Amino acid sequence: MIQTKLSTTVASSRVALNVASRRNCLRFMSGGGSSELRKTGLYDFHVARGAKMVPFAGYSMPLSYGDIGQVASHNNVRNNVGLFDVGHMVQHIIRGGSSLKFLEWLTPSSLGSLSAYQSTLSVLLNEQGGIIDDTVICRHPEATWYVVTNAGRRDEDLVWLQARLKEWNESERSMDGKVEHEVLNDWGLIALQGPKAAAHLQRFTDFDLSTITFGKAAYLSIQGVRVHVARGGYTGEDGFEISIPPADTVEITSLIVGTDGAVQLAGLGARDSLRLEAGMCLYGHDLDERTSPVEAGLSWLIGKDRRASADFIGAQTVLKHLQKGACPRKRIGLIVSGAPAREGAKIIHPDFEEELGTVTSGIPSPTLGKNIAMGYVKNGDWTKSGSKLLVEVRKKVREAVVTKMPFVPTNYFRG
Amino acid sequence: MFTGRLCRAAALSRARISSRPVALPSVRSAYRSIVTTRYTTDHESVVFDTETGVGTISITDYAQSSLGDVVFVELPNVGTTVNQGDQIGAIESVKAASDIYAPVSGIVEEINKELDDKPGLLNKVDDEKGWLCKVKLSNPSEVEGLLTADAYKAHCESEGSS
Repeated sequence: MIQTKLSTTVASSRVALNVASRRNCLRFMSGGGSSELRKTGLYDFHVARGAKMVPFAGYSMPLSYGDIGQVASHNNVRNNVGLFDVGHMVQHIIRGGSSLKFLEWLTPSSLGSLSAYQSTLSVLLNEQGGIIDDTVICRHPEATWYVVTNAGRRDEDLVWLQARLKEWNESERSMDGKVEHEVLNDWGLIALQGPKAAAHLQRFTDFDLSTITFGKAAYLSIQGVRVHVARGGYTGEDGFEISIPPADTVEITSLIVGTDGAVQLAGLGARDSLRLEAGMCLYGHDLDERTSPVEAGLSWLIGKDRRASADFIGAQTVLKHLQKGACPRKRIGLIVSGAPAREGAKIIHPDFEEELGTVTSGIPSPTLGKNIAMGYVKNGDWTKSGSKLLVEVRKKVREAVVTKMPFVPTNYFRG
Repeated sequence: MFTGRLCRAAALSRARISSRPVALPSVRSAYRSIVTTRYTTDHESVVFDTETGVGTISITDYAQSSLGDVVFVELPNVGTTVNQGDQIGAIESVKAASDIYAPVSGIVEEINKELDDKPGLLNKVDDEKGWLCKVKLSNPSEVEGLLTADAYKAHCESEGSS
């Protein structure tokens, strides 16, 4: 449960637990404090700008800046433009003659249908069809892939990738060319997000950004530095994720942020409320190794051809879950009356008083002024939008209506 | 349950440490009552009036500024008997849910109904409307065991810097 004493909330900037993996947080806190935390290349940049730094996924990351509250920061991204440091996330390059087949073994996505510099959300699956991590995979020319995975899953992902890579390269499946894997350690990654992101970024490059639509990417030059710019993000707004070589990260970020206040720095607090309004999952909360992409409502990322070929790790479970009525649980969105339902709140059927599942993320939505939540329930009629369920908060039941996600319509640039 | 550990690990920026209206102890000559304000380490305050025997419970300014925008407040029912330390409600902000504990024992005489529609009143510094509930104390000596304004301020500073 996220519920705490007031003193705990006050003393600890406890929101970190809301956005961070609780497990990680406690581990790092009990393990001797911040000395063990990693820093992104922008750590000093954040501190100099009044950031409140908190442990998140093994990194010391900005929760908020100065006196700017979470709601103000959130609204700024919805209405203007904000900038997040996401340099804690793991950036990979995967290349080699058989790299397409390799990645299609690790994921259920139709990566072969992507055009050059096109990305897709995907998942790494284990043998049981459970999600090891969610990831964005961008196809580059010449059998090269740019892949971003979660910081909180760094260790698990790298162990998994290296073991599968070895297995692959030792097998006949790699006969079209061995696969190489490189981690872009210490590279910067910043996310410029909001309806004014494009106009702002355009000031710093000759490259016509209107040629990059949502889900597309390009290499372009900002002040003579070659950066990788992918249109998308984790807020539901238009925006860009910009990957910058280590030596240039501070300079390029400073340039984009500027000094005129046009871009407001945003931290983990706003990031969590924005992504939840957009109906996006946070690994460790809304996704885990016991959850299949079908249960998670991510069936759309399982390619039609991949369902037919069934040649990806975990295919057996995933294909079973895709059959009508065979998926044991479903991720649903809820709008809750009265008290916000947060992670761990029980979801109950009003007629049978049967516990159907639990909330995995929940907040009062700054944009809607309503309490939004997502969670998993046993599969059944009640997963349909409009169904009335109950959630239990502080031992009292509250009404909850199953609601389609995203809760707030996305605002992507599709050209 | 993780309070201690989290407190030590916290690096909270020094938020405003000033408190809600402090009357320490002041004498209202008209009623000849003494009004005392005391604080808890849980960042609640009690304004206790010896004349009426009623304590008005609020959260401190330090707490409200740390919580951020309050969006929902849950309070006990009028008539509820509470013991010092009992959970009597909760405050929800976008950030987190925080329990409220009874700083003193007694019977809940009144709750601030206005918070149902305007939970943001708790964020209004020095607004007299931002109280939570009023408790008729069953053991007024409990007030003396709570923190004075100076002790509370020191507590906040030690939390903020540890």
